Amino acid sequence: MSYRENDTNYSVIGQSLPRVDGMRKAAGQTIYADDITLPRMLYGKLLGSRRPHARILSIDTSKAKAIPGVKAIITGEDLPVKYGILPVSEDEYPLEIDRVRFVGDPIVAVAAVDEMTAEEAVRLIEVEYEDLPTSFGIEEGLAAVEETSRIHDYGPHDNVHKQINLEFGDVDSGFEAADQVFDNTYFYSGNNHLALEQHSAVAQYGADSRLTLWSSTQTPHYVHKALASVLKMPAARIRVIATPVGGGFGGKSDPFPHEFCAAKLSMVTGCPVKITLTREEVFYAHRGRHPVLMNVKLGVKNDGSITALDFQSFVDGGAYGSYGVASTYYTGALQTVTYKIPAYRFRGVRVFTNKPPCGPKRGHGTPQPRYALEIHLDRVANALGIDPAAYRKSILVDEYSMTVNHMRVTSCGLGECIDKVSQGSNFNSLHGVLPPGKGIGLACGSYLSGAGLPIYWNKMPHTSVDLKIDRGGGVTAKCMQIDIGQGSDSVLAMTVAEILGIHPTDVNLVCADTDTTPIDLGAYSSRVTFMMGNAAIEAAEKLQKKLFAAVEEELRLSKEALSNGTERLRSAAGQIVHEVGGVPTGKSTSFRKAVELAEAKFGQLSSTGSFTPQKLGGPYKGSGVGPTPAYSYSAAVARVRVDLETGIVTPEKVWIAHDIGRAINPTLARGQIEGSVYMALGEIFMEEQAFRKGQHQFPSMLDYKTPTFLEMPPVESYLIETNDAEGPFGAKEVGQGALLPIPPAIANAIYDAIGARIDELPITPEKVLAALALQEKGRLAQVGPSKLPDYQWPGPIRIDPVWYDQPPEQWVETRRREGSKC
Amino acid sequence: MKHSASQAALASERLHFRINGESHEIVAPVNKTLLEILREDLGLAGTKHGCELGECGTCTVLIDGEPMLSCLVLPIEVQGHEILTVEGLAKGDQPHELQVAFVELGAAQCGYCTPGMMMSAKALLDSNPQPSTREIKEYLAGNLCRCTGYLQILEAVDAAAKRLHSSRQGGNGANSETFRRGEP
Repeated sequence: MSYRENDTNYSVIGQSLPRVDGMRKAAGQTIYADDITLPRMLYGKLLGSRRPHARILSIDTSKAKAIPGVKAIITGEDLPVKYGILPVSEDEYPLEIDRVRFVGDPIVAVAAVDEMTAEEAVRLIEVEYEDLPTSFGIEEGLAAVEETSRIHDYGPHDNVHKQINLEFGDVDSGFEAADQVFDNTYFYSGNNHLALEQHSAVAQYGADSRLTLWSSTQTPHYVHKALASVLKMPAARIRVIATPVGGGFGGKSDPFPHEFCAAKLSMVTGCPVKITLTREEVFYAHRGRHPVLMNVKLGVKNDGSITALDFQSFVDGGAYGSYGVASTYYTGALQTVTYKIPAYRFRGVRVFTNKPPCGPKRGHGTPQPRYALEIHLDRVANALGIDPAAYRKSILVDEYSMTVNHMRVTSCGLGECIDKVSQGSNFNSLHGVLPPGKGIGLACGSYLSGAGLPIYWNKMPHTSVDLKIDRGGGVTAKCMQIDIGQGSDSVLAMTVAEILGIHPTDVNLVCADTDTTPIDLGAYSSRVTFMMGNAAIEAAEKLQKKLFAAVEEELRLSKEALSNGTERLRSAAGQIVHEVGGVPTGKSTSFRKAVELAEAKFGQLSSTGSFTPQKLGGPYKGSGVGPTPAYSYSAAVARVRVDLETGIVTPEKVWIAHDIGRAINPTLARGQIEGSVYMALGEIFMEEQAFRKGQHQFPSMLDYKTPTFLEMPPVESYLIETNDAEGPFGAKEVGQGALLPIPPAIANAIYDAIGARIDELPITPEKVLAALALQEKGRLAQVGPSKLPDYQWPGPIRIDPVWYDQPPEQWVETRRREGSKC
Repeated sequence: MKHSASQAALASERLHFRINGESHEIVAPVNKTLLEILREDLGLAGTKHGCELGECGTCTVLIDGEPMLSCLVLPIEVQGHEILTVEGLAKGDQPHELQVAFVELGAAQCGYCTPGMMMSAKALLDSNPQPSTREIKEYLAGNLCRCTGYLQILEAVDAAAKRLHSSRQGGNGANSETFRRGEP
């Protein structure tokens, strides 16, 4: 393994310390939402639609109500307020009122004394439907429909939810200047997050007219906001507590029907109500990866440099908006942040279909275009006779530059990432020369360290951390962030501990509670380490200042020497140490003593830090999707073995380098990388959210195949530390970006092995055999979508590019503080 | 939790168990699964569930040392047998080597599969104290994890095996840094 050497400036950051919530997890003591049981608690169940698209003519709950133990039954009329995670697509009711749009769309909720009774009641509810015309795919979704059969009554036309046509720079001239133009179509299939923990929520509405909701959610703040709106209650009387999330991956980022229904049922009955989804219900609640059909047209000079890119995305949204508008923009936003693209046209369209709604899954809208683009670049390199690694390095985006679509690139370690994986895998000597059936492929990717804008428009901080020091020397850190397994609790504790010179286990955490913790927008867009980390540093440094002032007084140190830098105080290992020229003088005060002195001097010791990204993004509609304070970068090499008889592809080994800025905790960072590689392998080879007439073909973990221990190849991970100027201790994201290069790296490796292209996921043995059969017949050996829908795009919005010749200091706000810890 | 019974109320039975070394006697409907009895009647919520159809391994407990999916076990079948859950893994305040290794080596991320994973791993190490990488992978292939990509779990089980073996040999146990990632 190739980890950076310990940075001696830090005592906590960069250490592979055990995660702070680890021992409780290993002891089975972590309390997840479904583990909560309250006195008099009732159990709720939802009835989902059995039709993919229909009018609800009647709902008869009389038989269900007659069962002893059934305490309440609610329907859409009881919660008639629409919601949706994005303000532009508030198109869902907690329980649909007059129309259902996918099989599983919730209609009725029941609360009963136990789960069996609730299930029995749900079975006895009779719903009369009138079927409506259905639409299950992209092509169908683009077709004209009667006004009354539209899935929703908003969107530009028919079943189109969103359409985008953006043109940056002079695209036509770019293609005219090209020596060659490469044009091809790709498809990325949809798939589910399949977090092992099913969604679960417990609601308690008290006699004091206050509501508490415990929920397995990645976004307690947005759930809080949606509950207040739907329940028509003041937000001040609602408390949302996100319980430790047993796997999220984006799948628990929307407000969900079971959360509203548990709350309403508790209000109706006066008892706490728990609703836990079954695995089958989770498949239907979905919000997973959008299936996307894509076309890439790339103009290049003979040396491979790009003159223009034209990218089209056709996005299958499922039945509701969810994050879909953002997802659609994301299929076009980040193509430009890895390679120099002087002119770029992006057209994207999202259609409503009668299937479970899609949403954000690890990489949110970017793995699909990355798959297409990186296979496409492999084609270009191959056609031009350039080594794929060298080719990518020749067209890399510059550090501290502005892309043609106004994305601000700061630190960029992509070149180093390519070098690391090339060297580690011996790519340059193996590519193109391995025996038939063996192949090696390379691809790259980039992702956000947090979205530059919040989900609803506001100018408030994206995150805040409150600190309080106890007289006993303990430090309590409060933040609404939620640990979904990614290790954000540990990042918070380690950050505070680093600044204050204590051990992370001495930091008590109060998190993810809308009553007691200051804002954090949630665990999405890989934002937590970057944003919360910066807020935590600010809060801790404020306290450190007070501690230093008290120690300075106690030790009778020279104010002047401390302020001009000839002497300094430093926090480390539970002490505040006096140094001259970096050498300890022997004068020191213990942290605990310093706390006492500071509390006597200043009163109760508490502080707040917060973080708001600076204004980013270009002057056009949709420019809020894509900007981030810092992009992470990654490169991967995959080696595969293809069985030419059966078409079975075995990934033999993966090398991946990730520009993480700085690894706060290398073991946890490596876990994110390996988990991303794993999740990508599932998407490539086996996972697919597939439907037959709106019914999920395999809504169970047995039939929806995922990789086990046996399918997981060895992974060599490299953490590339570019020490980002704005990241906390230089850190950037790691939770999602590492997924991106894997699918195209595998596809490129398969091409290297068999000389055939598989341009659509999942890559099944059938598709490999089909490609080999084409090859045998002497035909173009590629399997993928054969045609593109003939869609009438709206007229383009043309945006002038920002020129590269602007000096970086014009627009980079450098927050690096020399001599400081970050 | 999922039930296939169409009758809400079935007859209750008096059931006797040995769980984590203690005797328990409860009265519960005969169609409740062992998973439900553990979580709902005995408050042993450390055992988790991911599917309740025997597909994910999350609810694994040991019955007479053998890993079993508690969502598929009817308590009446295991009356009088020794049941071990994650709550019984530590000896007093001494965590099991598997627990230590899982925490040190990043094998628990969201932690939801962790109890079931460790119970399967314990069964493996009890019957095969020095498993090869291949043997660990095969034995644990029925326990799904969506966070880790399995590699850090593999390292943790390997590390725990070596430490347990070393302590049985009277050694100090190996240091986690000395473990290298297993390749097949």
